[in-house]
Amino acid sequence: MPAAPAVRRTVFVDGVRTPFGRARPDGLYGHTRADDLAVKTVRELLRRHPQLPPERVDEVAIAATTQAGDQGLTLGRTVGVLAGLPRSVPGYAIDRMCAGAMTAVTNLAGQIGVGAADVALAGGVEHMGHHPMGFDADPNPRFLSERLVAADALNMGVTAENLHDRDAGLTRERADAYGVASQRKYADALAAGKIDPDLVPVATRDPERGWGLATADEPPRPGTTVEAIAALPTPFRPGGRVTAGTSAPLTDGATACLLAAEDTAAELGLPVRMRLVSFAYAGVEPEIMGVGPVPATHRALERAGLTIDDIGLFEINEAFAVQVLAFLDAFGIADDDPRVNPYGGAIAVGHPLASSGVRLMTQLARQFAERPEVRYGLTTMCVGLGQGGTVIWENPHHAEYEPTATTAAGAAPIDEEVAP
Amino acid sequence: MSGETTPTPTPTKNDPTTRAVGSPRAERVAHALARDVRLPDGAGTLALVTIDNGLDHTKPTTFGPTGIAELTATLTSVRDRVRAGEVQAVAVTGKPYYLAAGADLTQVTGVTSREEALALGRGGHAAYGLLHDMGVPTFAFVNGVALGGGFELALNCDYRTAAADVRALALPETGLGLVPGWGGAYLVPRLVGVQDALDVILTRPAANKPFTAQQAERIGLVDVVLDTADFLEESVRWAARVLRGEVVVPRRELDDEATWRAVTDAARARLDATIHGSRPAPYRALDLVAHARDRSREEAFAAEDEALADLILSDEMRASVYAFGLVSGGKRPVGAPDAALARPVTRVGIVGAGLMAAQIALLLAQRLGVPVVMRDLDDERVAKGLEAVRSGVERLTSTGRLSPAAASRLLGSVRGTTDLADLADCDLVIEAVTEVLSLKKRVFAEVEQVVSPDAVLATNTSALSVTQMAADLQHPERVVGLHFFNPVAAMPLVEVVQAERTSPEALATGFAVASRLRKTAVLVADRPGFVVNRLLVLLLGVIVDAVEKGTPVEVADRALRPLGLPMPPFELFDLVGPAVGLHVLTSLREDLGERFPRSPGLARLVEDGTTVVLPAAAKGLPKPVDPAIQATFDAAREAEPLGEPLDEAGVLDSVLAALTREIGHMLDEGVVATPQQIDLCMILGAGWGFHLGGITPYLDRTGCSERVLGRRLLPDGVANVPTA
Repeated sequence: MPAAPAVRRTVFVDGVRTPFGRARPDGLYGHTRADDLAVKTVRELLRRHPQLPPERVDEVAIAATTQAGDQGLTLGRTVGVLAGLPRSVPGYAIDRMCAGAMTAVTNLAGQIGVGAADVALAGGVEHMGHHPMGFDADPNPRFLSERLVAADALNMGVTAENLHDRDAGLTRERADAYGVASQRKYADALAAGKIDPDLVPVATRDPERGWGLATADEPPRPGTTVEAIAALPTPFRPGGRVTAGTSAPLTDGATACLLAAEDTAAELGLPVRMRLVSFAYAGVEPEIMGVGPVPATHRALERAGLTIDDIGLFEINEAFAVQVLAFLDAFGIADDDPRVNPYGGAIAVGHPLASSGVRLMTQLARQFAERPEVRYGLTTMCVGLGQGGTVIWENPHHAEYEPTATTAAGAAPIDEEVAP
Repeated sequence: MSGETTPTPTPTKNDPTTRAVGSPRAERVAHALARDVRLPDGAGTLALVTIDNGLDHTKPTTFGPTGIAELTATLTSVRDRVRAGEVQAVAVTGKPYYLAAGADLTQVTGVTSREEALALGRGGHAAYGLLHDMGVPTFAFVNGVALGGGFELALNCDYRTAAADVRALALPETGLGLVPGWGGAYLVPRLVGVQDALDVILTRPAANKPFTAQQAERIGLVDVVLDTADFLEESVRWAARVLRGEVVVPRRELDDEATWRAVTDAARARLDATIHGSRPAPYRALDLVAHARDRSREEAFAAEDEALADLILSDEMRASVYAFGLVSGGKRPVGAPDAALARPVTRVGIVGAGLMAAQIALLLAQRLGVPVVMRDLDDERVAKGLEAVRSGVERLTSTGRLSPAAASRLLGSVRGTTDLADLADCDLVIEAVTEVLSLKKRVFAEVEQVVSPDAVLATNTSALSVTQMAADLQHPERVVGLHFFNPVAAMPLVEVVQAERTSPEALATGFAVASRLRKTAVLVADRPGFVVNRLLVLLLGVIVDAVEKGTPVEVADRALRPLGLPMPPFELFDLVGPAVGLHVLTSLREDLGERFPRSPGLARLVEDGTTVVLPAAAKGLPKPVDPAIQATFDAAREAEPLGEPLDEAGVLDSVLAALTREIGHMLDEGVVATPQQIDLCMILGAGWGFHLGGITPYLDRTGCSERVLGRRLLPDGVANVPTA
């Protein structure tokens, strides 16, 4: 009988993203293909790690919520070929709406864990300008006829309004203040040079203006004040609370990261920026999909044997301010807790659906390096149609961090693999 | 179709070949769009200028006067910003797949005065000169096709990156009757050395062989080749590294004076030996290169302006642009029936397994991707034919033009048989048996017994009557002529012969097959020798006739040098094979009369199997006539020569007069619709030069057509500098 593969730890070697663009015909990527955005991120990762022989990449998983047009044709495979990876490297496309890239990471961590891969590329892309949310979808009529979900559960803004309804404490004022803080934190991080190192420049062509080079995020609105957004309309409900100031803008962009089995990273001399501890997904009512991170985080903590107090940094996707606030309330964390989204979040930088998960991870990895006293951090996000996903990571810069002992054979014995 | 009943059609507005050169279309303006790019790591701002005509990839960007003016304006404002300290580097690039394809030739041929011609050169120099005077490093990001003035745009920059998939970098000007006159003639030899520069400026244009990005990098025409996937991004990064001094591009020293002179002298000797002064452009380019070492940039660019102005006002240049237009437009054949009438071709039969048959079989299998059955009389011939196919496939595989899998598919799709019944399922059968009418008639009659009633039958005859070949068939309307040239794979022309009863369906099938074989098809009437063989064999006939009349063979062999044909007449004889030449000459005389002269000397040479030429002095040089064959001519002559010996001018004159007369007959007979079609045939089927415009522009500009026919063949100005 062949030897059963040992469970191996997955490490996050590096992550990059394109600058994010506004999803508009005159936006940064109005004339740029989605798959090309993904290609640039993959090439950048390979370029940053010349010690990785490209043929050692065992899998490429690229997520997109809409898998048609320039996001069709099995992205992981097409992006691999277009990026110049050897033909021997396989790939697949993946979808869990907003948590696409996150799922690409956790899926590949599973493959690595069971010894089915040593090195893998995970990422996501969403060109919301080319692929408006839900466009061309054909929801099963049973959703409505059997009242499986509310008619407006597919409108994310409406689900955010629903979340406000659930708790009187979730006020527009809190949301506005959170939205403004996100813009400010992003601007500060940008000024401090914490955003640029993760960006891959992208050549963009505009037939009217010629070639340009995207080197910075387009969505952020620096200088946003509470006063400025107080009067914004509430497009999802008359007299509602959710505004453009407290929502992630429609965004084009791509992300990618390089994952490896811990022993393979050591073998190839690849840096370890984070180590995956645990992950979990959970379902919630689609009408309040924004609350998804709460049960997902409970599960992930439980699986890791940790509590919320062990978490020193949070990268939570800001689909809507209210959804972050609901999470913070659930765990008793203050709205302005400095552990939460220190570089700002999607309200400022944008949320190209399936790609955002890896942006959270890439930023958490950078914060880990800045904050060696933090042992654990988590990345979490809500998902359309009522899901949440959470991944807990360990900081290799922490004093108590111990690389898993590697043996000559590579993998560590399974009994040392118990989660801390 | 017979000559008597078919008036010579006049070119219509829909004829792309006349439209392209007759009335210049409006300029497709190349816009110069500047945007700022932030360089990495605080290296500053790069002004990135995109050259883009706003049209898709089927309309290459070219520079006309308005485009040059826009570029000048854009670069001027960029320079102002450089001076203001806002810009630290400048780069040019193009729309997808093109940097730029050079000067807009249709605009160039509109120039009628020397002043305008001079302005054209100066305008380009003034625009590109801004790149030299920018005050900060300049870069060309060569993202696609860069030809002529397009490539010179890059050459006028300090540095060049090229995308790995670029396959067309070239300075083709000398092939079009021009010189690389927007800086190329001066900058290239100084950049890559005088020897390689002559390859760029003279040799490759003559062979129509552009550089790939990798080849260009090897000789230093570009500094670095970068992957296509993120070419522009990495070019910007590379530029930043140059600015920071992390990348230093070594530039070679100028070649020393002795080398410079030796190389240019040798090139001049080679030009004399190959083109014999038949066209000015290569010589003017060589002159510019010869002086490039010692001239200042200003002096050199002024000399380029002068050379350009002279050449723009030369008939050779106009004829070249006319020829270029013919060849470019040739993929849309004039007079072809509606393509929708073509029968689907899913299986092809070839009757005969000789050399030509095997070549046709291989090309059909390769380009049509259908099964091909080659039939000959006995196993031995069939095996020989298959062997020829196999060695053809091996040649393609060994040169990397065919993958092993494609090779095995090809070999599997060609099979041989001796049984005619194996052709039963073919929807197209091409006969390529010996040139004997009765034999070909029998073949078609037999084939008709086994194939379906609507299968198309094609003949590869070079001189026999297709109408007669089809006459006794049950379905003569299914017969069409497809005259290929040897070597089949390399020669770009197919004469598609419409016999008297050829149906539109059969004709359309012929055109469709030619097009799928990536050949240029020209519709010809069923007249002996069609176009190419009729004129080439006539030329050879007149040459040997001059010898029969006492002109020394060497005089006759040299006589056509002023035309700059691809080879002298006796080498052409040697190439087609004297026996074949004699056979066609005889057959054309029988059909068309004594204009195709008798030559006892030639008959004797064929009988003896004599080789008529000496080996070439070096590869690529012409093979001169073997003076020893003079004795054969002298011995075969029954009496004293009947006429007067001619000098070279006399021989040339008689050849040109004969060609002109014959073209007059061909147009009267309706062999082709227009003189343009004759030119297209001679360019693609005989390799006659662009500078001749094929042949009719030359006959017009030398006054030959007026003298012999009393009229021009083409309207004034179509392929010459207008005289009015």
